[in-house]
Amino acid sequence: MKKVTYRNQISKVLGISLVVFLLSSISLFAQNEVVAEEPAATEDASSGDAVKGKQLFNQNCAACHALNRKMTGPALANVEARLAEDEGLDREWLYAWIKNSPGMIKSGDAYAVKIYNEYNQAAMTAFPTLSNADIDNILAYTVPVIDNGGEKETKTIPIVSNEPGISNEIILGALVLVFALLVMMLFLVNKTLRRIAEANGVVVADENAEERTPIWKAFAKNQFLVLCTVIFLLLGSGYFAYGWMMQVGVDQGYAPIQPIHYSHKIHAGTNKIECKYCHSSARKSKHSGIPSLNVCMNCHKSIYEYTGVAGEAPSQEDLANGYTNDFYTGEIKKLYAAVGWDEENQKYTGDTKPVEWVRIHNLPDFAYFNHSQHVEVGKIECQTCHGPVEEMEIMYQYSPLTMGWCINCHRETNVQVEGNEYYAKIHEELSKKYGVETLTAAQMGGLECGKCHY
Amino acid sequence: MASNKKYWKSEAELNPNDSIVEALRQNEFVEDIPVDEFLGDKETLESTNTNRRDFLKYVGFSTAAASLAACEGPVIKSIPYVVAPENIVPGVANYYATTIANGFDFASILIKTREGRPIKVENNKEAKVAGSANARVQASVLSLYDSTRLQGPKSGAGDDVSWDVIDAAVKSKLGSGKQIALLTQTYASPSTSRLLEELKAAYPTVNHVTYDAISEEAALSAFEAKYGERALADYNFENADIIVSFGADFLGDWQGGGYDSGYSKGRVPKNGKMSKHVQFEANMSLTGANADKRVALSSQFQKVALAYLYAKLNGTNAGGELPADAQKVLDILIAQIRKNKSGAVVVSGIDDINVQTVVLAINEMLGSKAFDSKAPRYTRQGNTKAVQSLIADMNAGKVGALIIDGVNPMYSLPNAAEFKTGIENVGLSVTFSTNWNETSAVSTYAAASNHYLESWGDAQIKKGHYSLMQPTIKELFDTRQFQASVLKWMGNDKSYYDYIKETWNTFVLNGSDFNKAIHDGVFVAGGDAIVNDAAELVAMATTASEEADTVIDEEQMMSSSTSISSAVRSLASATGADGMELTLYSKVGMGDGQQANNPWLQEFPDPITRVSWDNYVTVSKADAQTLGLINENVANGGLDGSYANLTVNGIPVNNVPVIIQPGQAKGTAGLSFGYGKKAGMKSEMQTGVNAFALYQDFNNIQSVKIEKAVGMHEFACVQLHKTMMGRGDIIKETTLEIFNTKDHAEWNHVPVVSLNHQEVPATSVDLWDSFDRSIGHHFNMSIDLNACTGCGACVIACHAENNVPVVGKQEVRKSRDMHWLRIDRYYSSEDTFEADDIEKDDADGVGLGNYMFGDREGDGSLSTFDRLEEPSANPQVAFQPVMCQHCNHAPCETVCPVAATSHSRQGQNHMAYNRCVGTRYCANNCPYKVRRFNWFLYNNNDEFDFHMNNDLGKMVVNPDVNVRSRGVIEKCSMCIQKTQKSILDAKRDGRPVADDEFQTACSSACSNGAIVFGDINDKESEVAELKESDRMYHLLEHVGTKPNVFYHVKVRNTTEA
Repeated sequence: MKKVTYRNQISKVLGISLVVFLLSSISLFAQNEVVAEEPAATEDASSGDAVKGKQLFNQNCAACHALNRKMTGPALANVEARLAEDEGLDREWLYAWIKNSPGMIKSGDAYAVKIYNEYNQAAMTAFPTLSNADIDNILAYTVPVIDNGGEKETKTIPIVSNEPGISNEIILGALVLVFALLVMMLFLVNKTLRRIAEANGVVVADENAEERTPIWKAFAKNQFLVLCTVIFLLLGSGYFAYGWMMQVGVDQGYAPIQPIHYSHKIHAGTNKIECKYCHSSARKSKHSGIPSLNVCMNCHKSIYEYTGVAGEAPSQEDLANGYTNDFYTGEIKKLYAAVGWDEENQKYTGDTKPVEWVRIHNLPDFAYFNHSQHVEVGKIECQTCHGPVEEMEIMYQYSPLTMGWCINCHRETNVQVEGNEYYAKIHEELSKKYGVETLTAAQMGGLECGKCHY
Repeated sequence: MASNKKYWKSEAELNPNDSIVEALRQNEFVEDIPVDEFLGDKETLESTNTNRRDFLKYVGFSTAAASLAACEGPVIKSIPYVVAPENIVPGVANYYATTIANGFDFASILIKTREGRPIKVENNKEAKVAGSANARVQASVLSLYDSTRLQGPKSGAGDDVSWDVIDAAVKSKLGSGKQIALLTQTYASPSTSRLLEELKAAYPTVNHVTYDAISEEAALSAFEAKYGERALADYNFENADIIVSFGADFLGDWQGGGYDSGYSKGRVPKNGKMSKHVQFEANMSLTGANADKRVALSSQFQKVALAYLYAKLNGTNAGGELPADAQKVLDILIAQIRKNKSGAVVVSGIDDINVQTVVLAINEMLGSKAFDSKAPRYTRQGNTKAVQSLIADMNAGKVGALIIDGVNPMYSLPNAAEFKTGIENVGLSVTFSTNWNETSAVSTYAAASNHYLESWGDAQIKKGHYSLMQPTIKELFDTRQFQASVLKWMGNDKSYYDYIKETWNTFVLNGSDFNKAIHDGVFVAGGDAIVNDAAELVAMATTASEEADTVIDEEQMMSSSTSISSAVRSLASATGADGMELTLYSKVGMGDGQQANNPWLQEFPDPITRVSWDNYVTVSKADAQTLGLINENVANGGLDGSYANLTVNGIPVNNVPVIIQPGQAKGTAGLSFGYGKKAGMKSEMQTGVNAFALYQDFNNIQSVKIEKAVGMHEFACVQLHKTMMGRGDIIKETTLEIFNTKDHAEWNHVPVVSLNHQEVPATSVDLWDSFDRSIGHHFNMSIDLNACTGCGACVIACHAENNVPVVGKQEVRKSRDMHWLRIDRYYSSEDTFEADDIEKDDADGVGLGNYMFGDREGDGSLSTFDRLEEPSANPQVAFQPVMCQHCNHAPCETVCPVAATSHSRQGQNHMAYNRCVGTRYCANNCPYKVRRFNWFLYNNNDEFDFHMNNDLGKMVVNPDVNVRSRGVIEKCSMCIQKTQKSILDAKRDGRPVADDEFQTACSSACSNGAIVFGDINDKESEVAELKESDRMYHLLEHVGTKPNVFYHVKVRNTTEA
């Protein structure tokens, strides 16, 4: 480490730090105008490649650090300059710190200990694999670019306004009004004409009243036709009544509004998070389980805002539904409120408000279903029953969850016997009995009442 | 044309001014219909102007609305944890080892929890001592969710107070100089003993008195006199070849209980050997019912018999007169004991120090293998003299503060009135209890105590055998356990957990890991030194308070030999009581009554009388006739009994219902403790009479005067037939001699049927094509009638596991009990079941003439059957657990119109509740009568106020089993939820299922090994082996149902050589 000569010159330090503070706040403001921070490779970051640095940063640092935001660890924008000016620490110190921070804390380095204590004594992971060049690149990335407005995507995306919707409604309303007026006028005209005719003594007679039997009477007289019609109507109504009754209690497509707008599309689709990362109990329990909020916070400690899919603007459809980036960021804030996360201080306040999710998939009490049996033993994809969850902006019930639906699947699905010692003996015997190599769940006894009802 | 004639119904109508007539004319009903009774309270009804038409409109509208609303599913909320505890996975059960030590029951157990709720008690198989839960311990998990629990500290008047008030009050008294009395249960806890010693050191005026509601004073004193330690000798009946018991109900609660599993192990014939058990007793106890030979004797003769036994074994003569049959049995016994001294063991339950001294002397003399005086039990520590002197002190105004924990003296003291005047003279009294009780009501403060499932604690049940109690749920209410309170009063900031940890690390563990001890729940000390250290801790608490009676102790210590001879002399000259002799006992269901507010236990039928929801005085048939007491069955099938008034020493207990008990010794009566509790109880649970009032001088044998009282009592008895009337195929019995010498076809006869004019075994004939069950699992259950003692732990375990509802006394009386598993009890009509068979087979012709006009003593079948219905005066007893037999050819399945019950290839008979429409054909067609119909919706129904109508009580429900609704049949499922879970666990791990993984609630609750469950397609399994046994038979084999439950022939050891 280099010897720092002006360590005790407090006034100087204070002065410089004031300058730094002012500068950094300028840069902060400046960046606020820029949507995507793209610190360009600048020469003053002593030979680091900011593009590579970004990549490395995202791989290694982003879980705990952001550029302009205090997270698990401190904000890293301009970290080198800040350290140099505030603490008089140079790049060598940074190399040492990044490669072996616990070691430095142990050795009692003053600033290392200070920062360790400041951040709840959470030691930073050591990165001995990063080379000095890598660190240079990362540091280059941390140097903010003061952008002069420029042509960068200042996304003034035209809000696909609701105006067409409104005007449509107005037009429709107007049309209805016009029609109503027309009907009324017709009625009035007719009435007036009749009155005039009556006044003039004209009798409007039903000429053919006597001669022609009305069609309904003719119909009523034709007993065969009546019978046919009655049978047809009964059958028809029976069909529809049956159909209606069979859907009672079947909530296929049930998509309730949840207290937090959680998008499976973003999590499982865009970000390809494995289902069982969050629904971990599906592996060992009958419940797939709604993840507890601490699971959300594994990621959302560092993902505090929604910035959209990289390189893509929000689709028109999303925007029409109001799913803007700000909207999603707002939902993340709801999560923070529920879990009691104080963003400012990166601390849990302990003030929690458990989320009352609306349960979508409801089996009746008398049906026993076990997720682990299907997911872990049967190796069935979640999507088989839950549908294309990765495309669902709002989660809905995909399958009917009726007994017939269960039974059909049990009849058609082969049991995953390979490599499972449990099935070794039973598979051998059963396949001999049925003369087949593969066995369906039904052949294993999966249709017996007591397998699901007890 | 119409006649003008006036018709009148009464003369009054002729008077036009008669107000009654006018009223009758206006009102359709003479009396007001009590609409308010079913619609709501009167005031609100009167203030509305709803008339009948409106009412009908409302009904119509609400019915329509309800049916419409039913089409729309309700919105169900799911609330996940904010921060999920690491070890909780929703839907997966966790098990924690803990210990119950409530002063009456001591056991190391496992608690099954789901999502943090304790829902079931299991045996701790790691525990070498007291690792099995009896019926009460099994039921204790429901007491945790009792809505009548104290939800916070209260004043004696019932107002809420804060803990600070109580703490301040106690602290102010601690330093006052007056006696501070602690009246507590037996803890047997090293940490509590140490804590109380520290309290005494800090405040020398503290006086700790241990009190057992049901005292073992005599046994404790006798043991102390002989071995110098206040404890109870331990017995391992597994090692005994000859068990002689003088009124000791050791399969029940004798000396703390828990002896049944060892006993059962010795009862299963192995290599032609099993233990022989002879019981001399007055009441028909569970133990007597299991004995090979039971002699009904009053306690007077029991004492003489014991003296006789002692003298004969010593080669002397004690004198005293004995009934001839008892003498004969004793002589045979003595000869057998002489041949096998160390294999014999003698026990007695008579509360007489002489008896207990002689018993210890005999066992010592025999060098009995089953007798252990070196590592005794600490489960009873009560000191009756100290209790009485405390009451005297209280009355004399010498006590400044009285702190009570775990006991309810106002209920359980015979001299409760004296205690009441005493407590009024005490400045401050604080009663720790989980529920409001008789003592809380007279105390200054009722301190709400933790249930044991919310507490930390420890126990040394037997010397060197330690167990730990850990909370399985956070305190549900604002409660605090006694020990934590003492720590607080002492100004100690430590939590009681830390205190226990410190005690264990210092005195118990000897370097072992504390966390491992918590995980196992039990710890067995290795070295002797450490054992003594900790044993002293336990003993410490009692010895100090015993100074008062050292005089007596010294006297006894002086010369044990002279004291024994004098003890024997006094026994031999024991005289009978004037009037009748009353033996007070505790039932396996209710114990000392701590859990009287537990509906599972109230509904649990007594194993002997099969009566639930009651206690009663049992008398012999002969005495009943003299006293004019009767039992009768009324038209609806209920059992009624006379009332009697009991007077002991001038103290009356009136209107005690009477049960005529076969086997009750003539001139004796029995009455059980634990009932008649009133304070803080739900009205439905306030059953029976309080027998503690008659518990004079803490002696379980009292002289009583019995008089008939007016009226008849309605019992809720679940078994009305008493004998099997010689139907030897229900319970098959044989003697050890025949079992050893004859072919099994002779004593385990398979019924035959005629097929093509050939007699063939009924099992070989089949109406249906058999189903192939050779592949996969095929579950079978084995029930060994030799190992089953009828204790009923399985009944309660089944209750808890399968959400079996409690229906209440009135419903049980209507035979609507819902137990999936019942334990039938049969008496023999002759002296033995065998004699019944002979009597039945000897019946000749119908004998109508003799039956109608004769003395009914003829051998026509009518007279014979009539006689066979009556159990003999001293019958043999057999227990038989019966649940759904899961027939392979099930009669229930063929009659179900909707196929709600069907068969599986795994051997289980399935019952799909959602499919059942409630025709009850299946129940009618079931030859075993194991199907139960839900006459009502028992949960969510305030008419059935048995904890399932409130949110708290419902926390005990097992989420893996359906809660059945009204109108469906339910029955034993062979715990399909458990077998399915074992299979799934194995599938997930990719391995075959191990044999011991397959369990049902009853089989895992049965520590006696009577119920064994498993897969018979696994040829290595225990149950497959048991099925091949010669003793195996099926219930009602000739019906051809091919059950998957089988029994083992009961063998009695009647060898006389």
